[in-house]
Amino acid sequence: MPSEPLHRLTLSEAADLLHRREVSSVDLTRAAFARIAEVEGSIHAFLTLTEDLALEQAREADARIGRGEATPLTGVPGAIKDVICTKGVRTTCGSRILEPYVPPYDAAVITLLKEAGLVMVGKTNMDEFAMGSSGENSAYGPTRNPWALDRVPGGSSSGSAAAVAAGMAHYALGSDTGGSIRQPAALCGVVGFKPTYGRVSRYGLVAFASSLDQIGPLTRSVRDAALVFEAISGYDARDSTSAPLETPRIADSLKVDLRGLRVGVPQEFFVEGMVDSVRSSVEAAIQQMEALGAEVDWEVSLPSTAHALAVYYIIAPSEASANLARYDGVKYGFSYHEGESMWENMEKTRQHGFGDEVKRRIMLGTYALSAGYYDAYYLKAQKVRTLIRREFDAAFQTHDILVTPVSPTPAFHLGAKLDDPLQMYLSDICTIPVNIAGLPGISLPCGMMEAPDGTRLPIGVQILARPFDEASLFRAAYAYEQATDWHHQFPPL
Amino acid sequence: MPLSREDVQHIARLARVGLSERDMEHFSEQLSQILDYFERLQQVDTEGVPPTAHTLSLHNVMRADEEQPPLEPEAALANAPLREGDHFRVRAILEE
Repeated sequence: MPSEPLHRLTLSEAADLLHRREVSSVDLTRAAFARIAEVEGSIHAFLTLTEDLALEQAREADARIGRGEATPLTGVPGAIKDVICTKGVRTTCGSRILEPYVPPYDAAVITLLKEAGLVMVGKTNMDEFAMGSSGENSAYGPTRNPWALDRVPGGSSSGSAAAVAAGMAHYALGSDTGGSIRQPAALCGVVGFKPTYGRVSRYGLVAFASSLDQIGPLTRSVRDAALVFEAISGYDARDSTSAPLETPRIADSLKVDLRGLRVGVPQEFFVEGMVDSVRSSVEAAIQQMEALGAEVDWEVSLPSTAHALAVYYIIAPSEASANLARYDGVKYGFSYHEGESMWENMEKTRQHGFGDEVKRRIMLGTYALSAGYYDAYYLKAQKVRTLIRREFDAAFQTHDILVTPVSPTPAFHLGAKLDDPLQMYLSDICTIPVNIAGLPGISLPCGMMEAPDGTRLPIGVQILARPFDEASLFRAAYAYEQATDWHHQFPPL
Repeated sequence: MPLSREDVQHIARLARVGLSERDMEHFSEQLSQILDYFERLQQVDTEGVPPTAHTLSLHNVMRADEEQPPLEPEAALANAPLREGDHFRVRAILEE
């Protein structure tokens, strides 16, 4: 047995021990649930725990490992964001309106993970319908940051980030529409990766904004993120925006060598109001990449990204207002049916089933798409979206990757931005342009800062690459990670 | 652009979302603030720029029209809030 507690192992370390038969999947699963029993009461990362299912999957995994048929993921406990459909396991999206919903089918990523040997410990907490940047919009109560229990873990994949950071799962799946994997990863000190739009099937991912949504992993190492990415990506005919491309092999060819890699640093991402420690940590990370052989251009400019936030908050709510029209209380989920008429029932179902942020976004989207405003809002936003894409395309003509901050601040206090939606939206100012342009982006730990009360808080750096060039992104992320020890930090729980 | 209570009521009706009195107050203020923020886009020159609906260069994706096993009726109805036999039960939509 290893000297470190099992729950602290990365996915890769756990897989190595499984392959060498030094531990069993049942051991790892029991360790994960022991850790959950210890810390979940103060974190609230999960909406549903599936211990019996996990142990059954672990026994199957052990048999499979015994037959020599294991993949790197076989038998390693993972957690799934509650926006991803799991057959027979309640899927709420953090919303009252889906409280009783048990999907009759698995999402494409779940089918793939099951084929790879999934052990699912549970479904993770999240901002309702993935709308939020703090985890506080969950209808089931907020998740707390494992580094500081009075602070938010970020969102919307709040539970996935907190579960991985606290050692309750070796990896987790999240979804990212405007930063919902990368921002909580940064605030919780873990790795979060959003693949290129089209890489991972959205079949069975409950839709928020269909032109922006993408599923990806949260892990404790860059190599782990590559392993999960390889397992969940690939063409799927059931998603009409699935890219007909081979899944790249990345994890086995990671090397610590950045010679010749052309790195750009877009100035616009170092926004006004950014905390000094965030700026200096990200700059230090870029200098580290330079020391590893990368050629750094500090003067890249992407002026239209200044408009990305406004573009996003028109496009995403517009798409959401259409996608969320399906919650009518008829086919599944919470249903008010005491009313006098069908319309009254539908309005009350949605009034009581949706929380404030979801209502706000449905209303924003409905307004932006309504007669007389479509050209001024939605069409205008789509045109500016083209400008943002063009600037990224131009930057990638002469640079292989771009490096930026993830979030202008570290984890903030619970409640600090709850009454000011626009301030909350600004948390995603560095991550949103990436979804607008459909690029791959990864967030990884690059520093710690000390809060006034002495609490240590993680800081993240973001690496972006051309669409479908995840290989360059992982090359830079891995080399940087191996040269530092930020990923070995563990919250004091 | 400030949204009046009537505007908010109208949008809520279009979206079929019931709102309380408190929501109405709250939302007209918050949504107005957000719409003000959007105004900055009007200054961007987008003359001759085509819109982007999504970032992939895929168009008219088709699949073969092949028979596939459907969701079994019991599975499809398992989540029904109200059912009657093999049907979802709702209030009458067309009334006399």
